[in-house]
Amino acid sequence: MARTIHSTTIPSSTTYLGDVRSFIEKYARRASLPEPQVEQMKIAVDEACTNVIEHAYKNEEGHQIDLAIIIEPERFIVRIRDSGVAFQRSEYEEPDLVSFVKRRKSGGFGVHIMHRLMDEVEYNTVGRFNECCLIKKRATTNGTH
Amino acid sequence: MLDLKGELDAHTAPELEAAIEKCRDEQKYSLIINGAALQYISSAGLGVFMAYIEEMREAGGDIKIAALQPKVFNVFDLLGFPLLFDIVEDEAEALERFDKAPS
Repeated sequence: MARTIHSTTIPSSTTYLGDVRSFIEKYARRASLPEPQVEQMKIAVDEACTNVIEHAYKNEEGHQIDLAIIIEPERFIVRIRDSGVAFQRSEYEEPDLVSFVKRRKSGGFGVHIMHRLMDEVEYNTVGRFNECCLIKKRATTNGTH
Repeated sequence: MLDLKGELDAHTAPELEAAIEKCRDEQKYSLIINGAALQYISSAGLGVFMAYIEEMREAGGDIKIAALQPKVFNVFDLLGFPLLFDIVEDEAEALERFDKAPS
């Protein structure tokens, strides 16, 4: 099965989020993802990297985030790896905008956005790495999903 | 009136936060955010509006968001912002709505 991989590594700082989005945009367009899906991929990866920086690495600079774009005939996958504190699904609170606004809460929507925009979101532990895979199904040549 | 330009993510959100805090400190509570030149927003950008809307409304003002590009509006929409925020076509409409609101 044909599979193409493009990878890059960024330091754990929000300074590089723009670079991450450019990297995703370049290969998502090259893989002929429709423009709305390119935009969705950029946002989901931005949210995942922001969460790694803020939660896994607790805003400490000097760590690494490894990104890999894996292009398969039927799927466009972005794999994000870090070696910080693992994301605990059990502690995740499904966001409610009304109550967040009342509590003047400014964050907590990233995971929700990732799930809304992607077909699948997977979390794995690989050795000392935490891994998050953002998966978008590609339209097949006959035009269906 | 705040004009947004470029990309609003976790890196640039503190700039918007500082701008809104400056307005608040100057007791300007009725804000119009012009998003015509805003190319991108992530949840970190949306979070800034979430954090201040209640305070502005309690002080008798509001944060009205105008002229968003469709791709940026989609992100606001994804989180249900249109239910809680006044999102309008342009600055003129935002001004009109401020005029109509009971003071």
